[in-house]
Order: sequence, then C-alpha cells, then structure tokens
Amino acid sequence: MPEAGDWEAVIGMEVHAHLKTASKMFCGCSTDYLGKPPNSNVCPVCLGLPGVLPVINRRAVELCLKSALALNCEIQPSTKFDRKNYYYPDLPKGYQISQYDLPMSRNGWLEVDGRRVGITRVHLEEDTGRLVHAGDRLESADRSYVDLNRSGMPLMEVVSEPDLRSAAEARDFAMALRGILRAVGAGEADMEKGQLRSEANVSIRPRGSEELGVKTELKNINSFKALFNAVEYEIKRQARELEAGRQVVQETRGWSEPERRTFSQRSKEVAQDYRYFPEPDLPPLAFAPAWIAELRSSLPELPAARRERLVSESGLSEYQARLLAGDLEVADYFEELVRRGLKAQPAANWLIGEMLPRDEPLSVPVAETAELLKRLEASAINREQARAVLDQLYETGKPVAELAAGLEQISDAGALADVIDAVLAANPQAVADFKAGKEAAVGPLVGKVMQATGGSANPKLARDLLLERLRR
Amino acid sequence: MTQLYALTIGELAPLLRDREISAVELLDAHLRRIEAVDPKVKAYLRLTPDLARAQAADADRLFQAGAAGPLTGIPVAIKDVLCVEGVETTAGSKILAGFKPPYEATAIARLRAAGCVFLGMTNCDEFAMGSSTENSGFFPTHNPWSLDKVPGGSSGGSAAAVAAGEAVFGLGTDTGGSIRQPAALCGVVGMKPTYGRVSRYGLIAFASSLDQIGPLARSVTDAALVLSAVAGPDPNDSTCFDRPLDLSQLEAGVRGMRLGVPKEYFEVAGMQAGVRESVEQALAALEGTGAELVDVTLPHTDYGLAAYYIIAPAEASSNLARFDGVKYGLREARAESLMDTYLQTRRQGFGAEVRRRIMLGSYALSSGYYDAYYLKAQKVRTLIKRDFDAAFEHCDAVVSATSPTVAFEIGAKTGDPFAMYLNDVLTLGGNLAGLPGVSLPCAPAGGLPVGLQVLAPQFREDVALLVARAYEQAGGARAEVARVA
Repeated sequence: MPEAGDWEAVIGMEVHAHLKTASKMFCGCSTDYLGKPPNSNVCPVCLGLPGVLPVINRRAVELCLKSALALNCEIQPSTKFDRKNYYYPDLPKGYQISQYDLPMSRNGWLEVDGRRVGITRVHLEEDTGRLVHAGDRLESADRSYVDLNRSGMPLMEVVSEPDLRSAAEARDFAMALRGILRAVGAGEADMEKGQLRSEANVSIRPRGSEELGVKTELKNINSFKALFNAVEYEIKRQARELEAGRQVVQETRGWSEPERRTFSQRSKEVAQDYRYFPEPDLPPLAFAPAWIAELRSSLPELPAARRERLVSESGLSEYQARLLAGDLEVADYFEELVRRGLKAQPAANWLIGEMLPRDEPLSVPVAETAELLKRLEASAINREQARAVLDQLYETGKPVAELAAGLEQISDAGALADVIDAVLAANPQAVADFKAGKEAAVGPLVGKVMQATGGSANPKLARDLLLERLRR
Repeated sequence: MTQLYALTIGELAPLLRDREISAVELLDAHLRRIEAVDPKVKAYLRLTPDLARAQAADADRLFQAGAAGPLTGIPVAIKDVLCVEGVETTAGSKILAGFKPPYEATAIARLRAAGCVFLGMTNCDEFAMGSSTENSGFFPTHNPWSLDKVPGGSSGGSAAAVAAGEAVFGLGTDTGGSIRQPAALCGVVGMKPTYGRVSRYGLIAFASSLDQIGPLARSVTDAALVLSAVAGPDPNDSTCFDRPLDLSQLEAGVRGMRLGVPKEYFEVAGMQAGVRESVEQALAALEGTGAELVDVTLPHTDYGLAAYYIIAPAEASSNLARFDGVKYGLREARAESLMDTYLQTRRQGFGAEVRRRIMLGSYALSSGYYDAYYLKAQKVRTLIKRDFDAAFEHCDAVVSATSPTVAFEIGAKTGDPFAMYLNDVLTLGGNLAGLPGVSLPCAPAGGLPVGLQVLAPQFREDVALLVARAYEQAGGARAEVARVA
C-alpha cells in the first residue's frame, strides 16, 4: 500500500454535446427547445409514436464529421446506426438510436495543456427527454412528469482515452473540446445549459503502476468548475477508501454541488445489457472521400493554431494566448481590438482581467471597449475610472462617449498641489516613515490623494509630485 | 345482375365514370353487405361510416367535375396496423386500445388522395404476429368460404373482407407471408411488393427489415392498380427507394418466359396433396400458354424458418418496447413502481404470442447470444438471398404454392406455435430476400381456396404480376365473392 498521496489518477472522459442544427436528429422539430412549455416542441417521430420512422439529419452528420476532423480522428468509410435498448420513461421508443461498433470516426487526439490526449471515438446519437419530479428529490417525489422537448436532439459523443491525470486536466480537456466545437460551428457547448455534458471515468493507482484501478463514472456535472471539483473530490475519496483498506466499487456516482461531494447513484456490478443491434429503419451510410476532403478543407483555424499565432503575431504570453484562443468569440473580440489599433498586451490584460470574469463578458460592443481602451491608453482616464465606466457599460449599454464625459483625469500638477499639501499635513507618521528610509510609505499617500480627488487624479502624476515634495 | 359488392375496381370504374352508379351507392352496397355478413365473418374491428360517407360524397363531386382517378370512390378495408389520422388504430392489440394517431401512414394518405373510401379497420393477429388472425387481441375472424376455418393471417381481416364482398380491396402488411397466405386461404389476390417499394411510414412496425405494405384484391389488375397508387419514394422512410414501376404491360403473356420450380418448395413438411395437385395443374396451365418450366433449387429453404423466427422477433422486441404504459394506450395504473407499471401493463396488454416473440427476440439479442443467434440468422438470410439470386439466373420468376395447406379449423393450431409457424415456410423466404411476390387463387382443394405464389427478382413487381395475370387469363381460378353461409 503506497503512502498517503502517492497515487496517480487515471481519467477518461465521455462528453456529450448538442449539435447546432436547425432541426432535431431524426425529425423536423426545432432544436430551440430551452424554455418552451413541456411537450410543445415535439412531433410523432420524437414522441416515438407507433409506426413513425427516423430520417437522418444531414447537417448533424456534417457537424459531427467536422468535429471529428478537428479532433484529428480517422473518418470511417462507412458507418451505421444501432439501437441501444433500455426502458426509461424519458426514452419514448424504448431504445435510443446511437452508434455501437461502427462509429463515424476513431483514433484522434486533442491537445490539452501542451499534451496530446487520445480520442477513442466520436459518434452521433439522439438525446432523450427529461423527467421532472414533483418536489426536490426523486426519492420523495410522489409523481414524475415526462417532458420530451429535448427528445431527439442531435447529440455527439466524444470518448477519450484514459490519458488524463488530474482534475485540472479533466477540466482543461472539456474546455479545449468546447473551444474546438465552437470553432468549427458544431455547437455552443454551454455546460450550464446542458449543451455539453461531461462524464469522467476516474480511477487511481499507486504511482508507477501500469495497472488500472477500479473506476467510477461521475455524472451530473454542470460546469467546468464542478467538473474540476468532482474529479478532485473523487480522487481523494478513492485514496481514502484504499488507504483505509477498503475497495473502490465500480459504480456511477453523481456530483452534488451543494454538498460538494460525489454520491453513489447506481452500482455497475450487474452490467446492463443494451441488446445493441443495427437500426433497421436507417440504411448504412458511406461517405464520399471528396465530401470528407471538402469538410476537411472547410475547417476554420482551430484553437491550437490560433494560440500559436497570438503568441507569434501579437506577442502574448502562452497563458494569455491559451485563455483567449480557447474561445472562438473571445479570440475574435481580442483580434478586433487589435485591428482597431490598440496595443495587444494591454488589450489582452483588460479582456482577461476585467471582462472575462463577468457573467456575459462579450455583451459590450467591441467598438465601445475599443473606445474605452483608447482613452485609457492615452491616459485621458485612469484604470479606476475605466473600470467604473465598464461597470456602467455592462449595466446601461450607453456609449463610452457619454459615460466618460466629465471623467477627466487630473493630470495638471497645479490642480493637485493643494490636495498634496493637505494629504501630507494630515499624515505626519507616513511622512516621517518615508524620511526614515521607508520609501514604500508613499503608496498609502498616493491612495489618500486618489481618495481625496474622487479617483480622478492621475496616480502616476500624484506619485511623482509626492516624491518630489518628500525628497525636498 | 351481379351485386355491386361483387365487382372489381376494373368493373366498377366505367360504371362510376359514366355515372351509372354513384360512389355513395357503392358505399351503401358495401355497408349493407357488411351488416349482413360481418357478424359471421368478423373481418372488421371497427367501421368508419361517417368518414366513408364524407369521402364518397367527395368522390361523387370529383366524378361530376370530371376530375376522378382510377381509385376514386372505391371502398377499401384497412388493416389495423396502418395509422389513419384520427381513427382508432390498435394493431389488433389491447395495449393500443383507444389510440388515435395524430398522423397518417403514407400509404393511407396516398389512398385518401386517390379518392378511396375508407370502410374501417380490419382484424389481424396482434402486431401482425400470426398466421390465422386468432392472435387478435379482440376476436378471431372467420373464413368466408367456411366459417369454422381461419382466414389465414396476419392480414386475415382484410383478406376475409375482400373475399366476402365487404370491400373492393384491402390493404395488408406482409412480414413473413401475412398478405399472401391469407390471400391464398381466402381465395383472393395478394401482393407483397419489393422491400422498400411502399413507404412504411405509419405502419405499426412488427419487424422493420421485413415489413411491407401491399394490396389484397379480387383481380391481378386491381392489385396492380392499388400498388401503383401506394408505391414510390417517401422522405419519411429512408428505406423506401425511388425506382421505376411500370405495370403497363401486364397483358403481355408468358410466352418464352422461364418459370422456376423449386423442388424444395414442393417437399416442405405438411404439404397437402390437394394443394400440391392444384399448384401442379396451374403450372401446367402456364406451360400451356407458352411458359417454360425449369427446375431450380433453393438449398437453404430449411433454414429460412429458423432465421426468420430469430430476426423478426429480435426486431419486434425492440419495436414493441415503446408500449410501456407511459405515453399512450393501456396503462396499468395500480402498479406500485415504475418497473411494476412496465411489467403489469405489458403482461395485460400483450397476448401470449406477442409475449413469446418479445422473449425470443430479447434472448436472441442479448449479450453472449447475439453472435450465435442474431448474427448467425443474418448470415442465413444472406445465403437465402443468394439462393434466389442463383435461381433467377435460370428463370424469370419462381412459382410454388403460397401455403402448404388450405384453411384449417379455428383452434386447430393455437396450442402448437411451431405448427402455426410452418404456415409461413413458403412465403418468408420472399421477405428475407426482399422480393416481390403475388398469391392468386388456383383450383380449390376440397372446396377450399388454394394459392399459387409467384416470386420475382427485387424491383420486378411487373414480372410477378404479369405471370399472375397470365394464369388468371388462362382460365385459372378467378377470385370470387364467397356466399358466406
């Protein structure tokens, strides 16, 4: 038994992503189902009524293939759909049309944190409906309702090799995958909206061992943060079990966000038999090599290439470039700022530091951000003021010209002289400290000047003036 | 004069066109006939007189406007597995009692557009699983020629309706012989098209890779007419193909054609001497009109039944999973849990034969048995296809009996599923190979109808129908309306 902490985590991912098509996988219903009244976005096909037949959505196949190509997969020359049979009320036909032994593509890789993570397969299937339980918990609900609005949504499944070694890598894998899906236009891949569902298969083994430990499958993960937390928790839990001389049980475990722990959902001791067989209602598909070539050549610049370009062309750091290139819209936003004449470094810092942490970071028009940053660059306003204007931009949507009017940075030494005098007079201790050699004492004094001017002083000027007076 | 209900589409068309009779009169004649004989035959599960009257009135307006087509005003009987919008459609099963589809099968929509008059939904074996219509969840249908006998199945209601003058033609479905065998036992013409010729959209599936919709009629030309109306590609069915169907040369005769006689089809278990004799007479008649009879061999015939009874139940076990009591049809509401709801709903909603096939099929697909059963059966299927490919190198069509026996007593085989399955031994090869096939009456045996089966290569419905038409004209038996007594 290894000592505490001497474990290596082995993680493989199964990620399901909704594809951005106009209609569902096998019928003409809209994919715009979120927020609609229950069972209003349905038709006989996605309701699974007797006698109806599926028809393959060509666009879904195309988006799946493009994603697979972007994940460096081999496209199979022919593929077929299969039926996965099981009973559940959210599965109206009693089977899910999926792909079993001939997926669309296999053997790819995705670069995560500078390392290639193997992609086992990428395939296409249909989503199920949803159960809504009266009350908070399934166990105590006195009834459950079926909503089939989501039934038949085109769903792409990406399965990775067990190549990931930490919670951070698992999260970064999902984020990198999202970047790819957004870049090729396959989907929004918003985890909070259920458009990207990540399941992690986690096991641990003594570091240096080649054998795989017993794995658990983590589900019910609704954000990248939750993915990180769930995997992190699970690795520690498994270590605790093994260190206490117990076994890890092969099972499905759910992530409880409020309790911040994983809990046992379903034991996998008795493997469910899905009785897969080829879907007789759909002919097998064969892909013309010319079509695949066309799809390959239509791929846009992918996040990895863009990241490299941002480093070489814009002089960003690896860290900055990865953050920006991981999201198509963010990267486009950044490059638009640069195109509008802003310096790359400060623009990247502003975007990463001030905007990305917000709820809808890109809801401010790029022209307004550019306007704001120009004023900042020209020292017409200071950073504090710019931040305040940004808050207003998010809140009111008014133009920068209006919001920043009257916000003039005091850059006139004469105008600051009285304030400086007053601050020095009111803080004799700081002045004494400085004179005794503690140069850092100037910092709080600058703060006082800023405070006294309502934030409008040019901090650099204030500092220079203070130093000049103190050294006098 | 011959009763209106005893005429064919071909005979009725000029009467309707020249307005010697109206569509409403034709409908009334059928409704009266149904009232008179259906209490004995029990071909219909439910009638749709209001819909029929409206359609007949519409048809008469079309005749007045000179805008009628060849099927305008023709009353049709619809097998209860074909969804008719707004009309209770149950697949002969209690589990679907009360189910009114909010959509329509493509074949039905095409008949509606052609101006047909929908008389009602006909009885069948539950989910088309059976060869006698005794597996109906509601009641058995009786053979109009001999009321204590079965009409065959599973399209027994449509076959009996056509034989008894309760409809001019019917629609059925054929998964292993379910159109041809009841056509044979009821003395009418039944046609199973090439797999993919007619859209399956709206057909409540039994076995998706085998099911086909086709006509039951009282003449070969009627069957051809109906086939033309329902055939053709459908964006809602990806297995439905777009290939030309030219049925304009059915009168060309068989002179110079080679008709293959597969010896295996004359040696099957339970082949009745009377059936064999009647079929041999029919072959001689075809030879007499200029066809050449050639011996062909279908060496894997013996394995067909086993392969069929793995593939069809396997697909059925999946197709019928949707009947779970959650969304429509029967729900056993007293159940204590979700699993109980499933178990009790399905136990009460499905009959014994359906449950048997679901179990057979689930077993054949289960992990560890898949290769030995389902995959093996698919390989046998390929061999059977190759048998036919090889046979068709030597002949234009294959001729045989449709069923090894004439109609049997109601109840005679219900206790012995295997004996019942043997009814399909001559027809299911056509389904496994996806071929078009016709059954038409030849000389009766012991006063009961016998069917002659003509199988043609894929896409060659024209060949199957041409041979059938040649026999019909050569003085073979003609489909007639049974007196029903």
